[in-house]
Amino acid sequence: MNLTFKNAKLRVGAISLELDLILEQNRTALFGASGSGKTSILELVAGLRRLDEGSIFLDGVPLMETTTRTFVPTRQRAIGYVPQDLALFPHLTVKQNLDYGIKTPADDSRIFFKKLCDLLEIGSLLDRRPPFLSGGEKQRIAFARALLAAPRLLLLDEPLASLDQTLKDKILPYLHRIWEEFSLPILYVTHSPNEVVSLCDEVIVINEGKVIARGKPTEIFIQSPIPNYRLRELS
Amino acid sequence: MAAADWEIVGFTFGMAALATLLIFPFGVLLAWLLARKAWRGKSLVETLVALPLVMPPVATGLILLKLMGRKGPLGSFFHEWLNLDLVFTWRAVAVAMAVMSFPLLVRGSRIAFEAINPRLEQVAATLGASPARIFLTITLPLAFRGIIAGSVLAFARALGEFGATILVAGNIPGKTTTLSVSIYSHIQIGHDTEAFRLLLVSVILAFGAVWFSERLFKKGHPLG
Repeated sequence: MNLTFKNAKLRVGAISLELDLILEQNRTALFGASGSGKTSILELVAGLRRLDEGSIFLDGVPLMETTTRTFVPTRQRAIGYVPQDLALFPHLTVKQNLDYGIKTPADDSRIFFKKLCDLLEIGSLLDRRPPFLSGGEKQRIAFARALLAAPRLLLLDEPLASLDQTLKDKILPYLHRIWEEFSLPILYVTHSPNEVVSLCDEVIVINEGKVIARGKPTEIFIQSPIPNYRLRELS
Repeated sequence: MAAADWEIVGFTFGMAALATLLIFPFGVLLAWLLARKAWRGKSLVETLVALPLVMPPVATGLILLKLMGRKGPLGSFFHEWLNLDLVFTWRAVAVAMAVMSFPLLVRGSRIAFEAINPRLEQVAATLGASPARIFLTITLPLAFRGIIAGSVLAFARALGEFGATILVAGNIPGKTTTLSVSIYSHIQIGHDTEAFRLLLVSVILAFGAVWFSERLFKKGHPLG
């Protein structure tokens, strides 16, 4: 994956997001305090927001470029997005939620569907509706729904933030399984150093819309160039 | 109640239903545009749509009379091209009811659309859904109860319409007389008993519609 932000600028409330960044690692974490602009970056990549200025390229192809007025519509980007509130469709069954993004009813899709249900252990939930699922179950359905749409990049916005530690410990192995099974590039927003170290190859530290550090999670968090008190503030 | 009274109740009910059906697609579309899109002139349209709620109904009726009369832009078009008259016919009753109840349909539907988490529509787009598919499979089903509640409220408003109707449709027995117009004329000529009978019907219909609408509004979507 090559995700490039070129002179990308966006004003979000009091924060001015400014990015000149090339992301090439498969599992990249965007780390920073609430309101630092992490979610806005995901929304830009997903096509849910437009830049004020600059461009974003995915694998050399522009997703958005203000000078040429290029904007690839969200539905044509093939970029999976799991927001913090998961946004499962409450009026549809789990099966209907999962089917929503499947492009063709081909056999391949069915095999993939079955494989994913086994992997995330959601096969028994298919006839239920999201309001009647537990937090951990909802989480796994949201991952599966995004994966079934066959994205070329997956955006995860603090997927574990709303869960208590017990549930987090349950979900983390599922994320590891997804990582191992699918070689899918992932952009992972979090303010938990533990999740970054456990799940990602690279971390970009964002503060008030700007990149203040980047590197391997162990470099940033263990042999940290950022003082511990700053890390505590950022997380 | 006399057969003529039942006829009036039936006519009013039918006209209110027709008016609600006429405004339904436009009202729902406009409500969605107001709830979900930013566009030039939005505030102006919002104000125009709300006008019949706050203006005296007879003033709205007078505007309609000018528009729909044979010399008015709408009336002359219908008369010349379709050989149809609008004022003092059942068509005028339906139009007056439609105009007066339109704001309630738009308001109810708009609240329903605004209550939907926009993230649901955004995620549907990331899953490859077109705007039409998102509207039909996510937005509309989730807003359905609110839209129906707004429609019922609009229908109830149409049932009780008086001021605009009397101006554009008059009081022609068997042709344009509605429930509220009939109550008014009964009172004018001293037929209090008949007026109160129709009043009772009117109260029952209005109570039923508002009660049903309130229940739908309060429940929201069963799973939302």
